Parts: sequence; C-alpha cells; structure tokens
Amino acid sequence: MANIVIDNIKKSFGAFQALKGVSLTINDGEFVSLLGPSGCGKTTLLRIIAGLETATSGDIRIGERSVIGLPPKDRGLAMVFQNYAVFPHMTVFENVAFGLRMQKADEARVKKQVEKAAGLLHIEPYLDRYPNKLSGGQRQRVAVARALAVEPGVLLMDEPLSNLDALLRLEMRTELKTVLQEAGTTTIYVTHDQTEAMGLSDRIAVVHDGRIEQVGTPVEVYNHPATRFVGSFIGNPPMNFITMPVNNGQVAVGAQTFAVPAKGSEIVLGLRGETVERTSTGQGLDIQVRVAEPMGPHLLLTGSILGQPARVILPATEAVKNGEIVGLKLDASRLTWLSPESGVSYPVAA
Amino acid sequence: MTQNRPWIPYALILPSVVFLCLLFVVPLVQTIWLAISENGVPSLANMRTMAGDLNFGRSLINTFLLTLAVVPIQIIMALTMGSMVSKMGGGRETILWIWTIPLGISDLAAGMVWLSILQNTGYLNSILFGMGIIERQTAWLTYQTPVALFIGIAIAEIWRGTAIVMIIIVAGLNQVPKEFKEAAEIFGASQWTRFTRITLPLIRPALQSALILRTVLAFEVFAVVYTLGGRNFPVLVGEAYNWQNQNQNYGVAAAYAVLIMVISLAATLVYLKAIKVDPERLP
Repeated sequence: MANIVIDNIKKSFGAFQALKGVSLTINDGEFVSLLGPSGCGKTTLLRIIAGLETATSGDIRIGERSVIGLPPKDRGLAMVFQNYAVFPHMTVFENVAFGLRMQKADEARVKKQVEKAAGLLHIEPYLDRYPNKLSGGQRQRVAVARALAVEPGVLLMDEPLSNLDALLRLEMRTELKTVLQEAGTTTIYVTHDQTEAMGLSDRIAVVHDGRIEQVGTPVEVYNHPATRFVGSFIGNPPMNFITMPVNNGQVAVGAQTFAVPAKGSEIVLGLRGETVERTSTGQGLDIQVRVAEPMGPHLLLTGSILGQPARVILPATEAVKNGEIVGLKLDASRLTWLSPESGVSYPVAA
Repeated sequence: MTQNRPWIPYALILPSVVFLCLLFVVPLVQTIWLAISENGVPSLANMRTMAGDLNFGRSLINTFLLTLAVVPIQIIMALTMGSMVSKMGGGRETILWIWTIPLGISDLAAGMVWLSILQNTGYLNSILFGMGIIERQTAWLTYQTPVALFIGIAIAEIWRGTAIVMIIIVAGLNQVPKEFKEAAEIFGASQWTRFTRITLPLIRPALQSALILRTVLAFEVFAVVYTLGGRNFPVLVGEAYNWQNQNQNYGVAAAYAVLIMVISLAATLVYLKAIKVDPERLP
C-alpha cells in the first residue's frame, strides 16, 4: 500500500503541451478517478505514473519515494489496460501468474496468489483456458486478477470498462468496487465516463486541457463544480448556466432572492436540473418548455430560462405540455454561482 | 446476384485454375515422369545416375550447408532489424525502403555485385591492399579457398535474401499490439524476456512463413553461387542446370528437380510441425 504525490507534472509532445503542471495527492488506499474528455491528458498522466512515458518536468513520489527515472517494474504498481492486454498465448492461469513469475516467486506462492485473485474475480473455472475463448468481460476479469495477484501498492486502470457493453459495464463496475474495497489497494482510475467515476471513486480529479480543474468527492464535484467545464462535463443532463443580473449583491428570482458574492452587474447561475421544485409561474424561475420528455423515472423538460437554453427534471408524476411555462423553485443550498468572465465558481460558503 | 447463379464464383476462379494447371501441374507431372522413367518405361536409372555422379554428394552437402548457414542468420538479422525499426519514430519508412533495395535486384545481378567486390581485382582486395593488409591480389573465390568461397557466397546470399524475411517479420511485429509489451514491462519482464516470452510467440505465423519461404528459396539457390563460384561450389540447382544444358540429359536434370522439390516439401512439413500456429492463441 502506498500514497502517491504528483508534483507539478508537465509533458510536451513537440509543441503540444499535453500536461500543463498537474499536482495531485492520493492517499493510501484511496480510489481516485482521473475524469475528462478524450485528449485531455488523463491517460498521459497515468502512463507517466506507470513509467511507460517520461514527464518533461515534475516529480512523482509513490510511498514517499521519487519514482522518476525508475522503470515500471521498480515502482511497485500494476496496471489494467483498456483493451485488457491479456496475453493470448498463455492460459488464464499463466496470465494471472505472469507478474509473480517475473518476480521469480516459488510455485507454492504462485499457486496461492493466482487462486486468491481468481477467486476474487470469479474466474476459477477458466484457469486452464486460453483468453480467446473468453468473453470481453471475462478477459477484463483476467486482466484485473493479473494486476491484483502481485498485490501491488498501486493499481492503475486505464478505461478498463470502456470496451464492454452497457449492461456488463454496470455489472463489472459494481464488482470492481467490491473487489477493490476488499483489496484496499490505492487505485488511480482513468475514465471519460462520469457515471463510472461517480460510482467508483473516493475522489474525482476532473482533467481538462492538460490541467486538473477540480479534485473532490463525487458529491462535491457534482453539487459544487469549481468551473463551468466541470459542471457541464459531469451530470446528465449537464448543469444549466444562466446569466442573471445582480442588484446590490443580490439576485432576484421571482419571489426568491439570493445574496451572491458577485462584484459586477451579472453572475452565472449554475443550476442542476433535478434540484428544482415545481411552483406556480412568477414565484420562482420560469422555464419556457419546448419539449417535455417522460423518461420513466422522471420528466425531462428542455426549453429556455431567461432566453437561455436549459434542461430541468421534475418528478415523473408531473404533467407538462410542450410550450407550457413552468415555475421552478430553487434550493439555495444546491446552487452554484460562477463568474461570467472566468467561468470559475465562487466559494460555496457565500 | 451470386445467390441466383452459384456458378459465378467458380467461373471467376476458372482462368487461374486453368493457368496453374497448364503451367504448373502439367510440367510438374511431366518432370516427375521424366525423372522416374527411361524411354517411356518406369525406371530408377536417372536417380541412379544422379546419385552416382561425382558432384552429387558435394552439391547436396553444399546446398544444406549454405541453407543452414544462411537461413538462421537471416532470421536473426530480420528480427533484429524489425525490432529496431519498431522503436523508431520518424524515418522508419525510409530505413525500411533502403533495407529492401536488394529485393529489387535479380539474383544474377546480385551475384555480379558481389563478384565485383570479391574477385581478384575487386573492391575488397583494393581496400585491403590500400590499407596495407595484403601485399598482392588475393584470390577468394577459387577451389583452393573453399572456406573463403563459402563465406563469400553466404554473405552475398544474406545480403540478397534478408529483405524478404524482414518484410514478413516486420508485418508480423506490426500485428502485436504495443499494450502486450507494455503490460509485460509493468509486470517486471526485462527487454529480453518481453522479446522471448511475448513477441516471439505472438509472431509465430510470420516466423513460420518467413522460415518456409526462405528455406525453400535457399534450397533453390543458384545464380549467386554460379556467378561467384561457378562449378567450384556445386549446388543442387546448379547440377540440374548442368545436366540439362551441358549434358543434355533431361532425365537426370528432372531427377535433381524432383529431389529439390522433395527436400523443400520435407522442410516445409518440418516447420509446420515444429512451429505450431494455433489461431486460438494469437491476438
């Protein structure tokens, strides 16, 4: 087990700056996701931690020891790859045993560790088979078992579920969480899928354009995004951003008024679609509904608020017709206020 | 369309089948018959003449020696070259292009190139003389210098025939996703272990094809040997050529041809058995 300190890591590929000074501390036994759109630098960061890529500058310490310049094998970590990278010419047993064999572990230990890892991932029935005989989900289990068999201090996972179909992904997600909790391994998990990151992580680091925009628990990141990007990237539907006029440090919304920390004449309201309650028009924020979609568990309204596009969610029991105007009551504790110029949110306390 | 007219696919491959039958199967049968008959009756006379010939043993041994020397070196070189270019970023295509130049040169021309280097008045002697290593022209390619002659022929063959092996190996290496090597690296495999435990097993099909192709071609070696060594270094195809052209004995020439074919087939079978390719165990 080990903690990880990522200290001002920069990486350039020629003129392109993939990472622009990333710092992050991951505690022992913690599960942290690097979440971001493709090309944001999250995989590059993971590969630098793994030792498969060298940073242009900066330091990485695993368990208080700088690992810059060390080959991957001396960093005390294991990795699960996006396309599994399970060796096709070895049986499942030999795949899971690979790391132990490289460590020249004795046969008894190999057998014990492989059986333990195989048991955790429920792949005991396939130990004698070759990976090509297995389904994608089973292969991914083999890849995870191979990583856990060496009892690594740090586990790195690069989009491990993205090649699985939706149902299997959900199932594996739940299982991964159980397995990793049991193993207690410090884990860095790269994903572009916000539900994966939300569901699995102790903390999420949202990566955008070579920088970490925000680090926090899933609930913090969801409810109080640090920037406009974080709010729009996390959540489905994404957070609504509505520019509103400020008068004497206050924003008036129908019958409600909110004190805001803005200095200028305008502020951006970051509004999660499901934090509103229906009220009569004029009492709160009015939405001009263009389309109302009954989704099953809830009702999704798409339209405009103060002439700006917005999506909100009401309980499935509500009935709203296309073209209708609906009043929305806001919950002061669940609003985010952002600067219209920088797109950065004001501190929550305000 | 083909559902209504199932004969279309057959009609489309018919010309190639006819072509192969006329120009391959028929001559093959004729050659075999020529080898095992005399005056239209089955006979082993040609085989006996071939086996009893003064040069037969030498040509057989020479051909095998050359194959044993050349093929492993070519495979190792091709693997090394392939691994080297796989680590390159820019310029990879150019290097590959330069390395494959010998492929575009005919055997005979390749033989001439090396003759101009190795003959008495060749470049090698000029350089050695210039550097003061030898005092007068030295002959490398005579029957009195069999080792030098053998090495010269082997080098020329390696120069000429490695590119084709390399192309097959590079194609094979390209099929191995880099994640396999990275995963092996993460789990502690050294560079050599990654090569022997991951890369080599995964390029088995390419390795098998390269070995079969190169070995069959090595048993058919002729023009380079003929240019550099003439009859000082008899090989099987050279003997077939002599019986055909100098001795005008088509039967014995055919016997040699059949022998070469049998050896090639046997080598192919050995490779197919020795390097098993199981599609289940490939990426």
